[in-house]
Amino acid sequence: MSSVTGAKRQRRYAMTVDTRLCVGCKACVLACKAENAVPDGLCRDWVVEETRGEFPALSMEIRSERCNHCTEAPCVANCPTGASHVNEGGAVLVTHYKCSGCKACIAACPYEARFVHPDGYVDKCTFCLHRVKKGGQPACVSICPTATLTFGDANDPASAVSSQLASRRSKVLHPESGADPNLHFLL
Amino acid sequence: MNTQLLETVHGRSNHLVDPTLSIWGWQIVLYLFLGGLVAGILVLAAGLQLKEGRRPLSAVLRWAPLSALGLLSLGMFFLWLDLEHPFFAFRFYMLFHLTSPMSWGAWILLLVYPAGILLALTSLTEGERGLVSGRLPASLRGGFSSLAAWADASRRPILLTAAFSGVALGLYTGLLLGTMPARLAWNSALLGPLFLASGTSTGAAFLLLFALDAGERKTLMTWDAAAIGTELALIALMVLGFATGPEPARFAAGLLLGGKYTAVFWSVVVVAGLLVPLGLEAIEARRHLPFTLLIPLLVLAGGLALRWILLAAGQESAFRLLS
Repeated sequence: MSSVTGAKRQRRYAMTVDTRLCVGCKACVLACKAENAVPDGLCRDWVVEETRGEFPALSMEIRSERCNHCTEAPCVANCPTGASHVNEGGAVLVTHYKCSGCKACIAACPYEARFVHPDGYVDKCTFCLHRVKKGGQPACVSICPTATLTFGDANDPASAVSSQLASRRSKVLHPESGADPNLHFLL
Repeated sequence: MNTQLLETVHGRSNHLVDPTLSIWGWQIVLYLFLGGLVAGILVLAAGLQLKEGRRPLSAVLRWAPLSALGLLSLGMFFLWLDLEHPFFAFRFYMLFHLTSPMSWGAWILLLVYPAGILLALTSLTEGERGLVSGRLPASLRGGFSSLAAWADASRRPILLTAAFSGVALGLYTGLLLGTMPARLAWNSALLGPLFLASGTSTGAAFLLLFALDAGERKTLMTWDAAAIGTELALIALMVLGFATGPEPARFAAGLLLGGKYTAVFWSVVVVAGLLVPLGLEAIEARRHLPFTLLIPLLVLAGGLALRWILLAAGQESAFRLLS
């Protein structure tokens, strides 16, 4: 509750990825696959390693990426059946039985975070909302051996996510997409 | 300090997404082509009747609305083939999602059928209506006759509705692609009008394949030339917009100006599919030469190629490919 207006604050789930801590071990990828029974050959999250510069002055950034659960999600806007929708805390989910597999959401996603599940519907990261609703953390956050990933309510000033975003330099991927992503990479 | 990207190791390899997006293939190309062609036929057939104030003299033009609906059904079959969850296709009609061009399209497609049937009723002669009625179950013939009488009394609103549904159908196919900023080579508001203009010219080309009354053929060829001219202008503006835009737009321009699709786009779509037919139509008109099937065949090939290339280019252009 806001102490000034008494209005109930809406949750806004977000995740931070500390690029200074990520070693690219891909435990987050495996944990997600195990937790969500992601089929072979597909992944809801993945690791990207970018090397910049010219030898010997090289720099590397390692990022654990996934659906950004955007505030202005183009996948939700483009979904003709309402399967893609915004759920609790702003998490973007897909209702499987409403999905026709038209793939408009896959085309609309600036982060190419979605894929076609062998059962026919479109699938992606859900922020492990089934765990979060029970007070837990997403599987990738729980498994990370270097505490790279932090998940929480960005609208709660006391949350770890808010604290990190307030005290560290950070970026989002492709802000020019206009999607207003909620996956922040700490620099 | 040099921060140029040297190497990216991407750990994702999702089917249809990596290494480049390939979610929409030949099924969608054919649907976009047939959808545009049908949109053109509806606009031209209705436009001709509005201009002349009577039903068409050519049998082909009188039956055009019904054949257009047949072609549209074929296109929608291809669309259904593309769905990954095809038996959930009914979900399109469980709601209307204002922000989804695909939802708009699903409902526009529903509007096109009754509009096309009513347009056909205004076009067909009494004898031809009898042929259609004869094929219906006896229980429906009375209703068909009433509908035909109503169509005779409501010609102008029907013609305007049919033209409007054709415009909506032609526009939405381009807008569906054009409203996805994630696909850099589709990110242009001109895609909607371009697909409409292309649909009009391919629709005219399709009708010109058949035997037509001389006066109606001349009108169609004039309108075809206007549609081709419009298409050329829109392509020029679209490429110019990409070439002078920010980095994502310039990436898209690169695919057509020196990149992967340069040769096929400019040779097949622009030269063979637009400039050559336009030139041949002008020569035929000036020198009163007999009509040649080469013109409509080139236009149809160019229209199909336009959609194929743009669909592929859009899927191959993504933010992550930018430096």
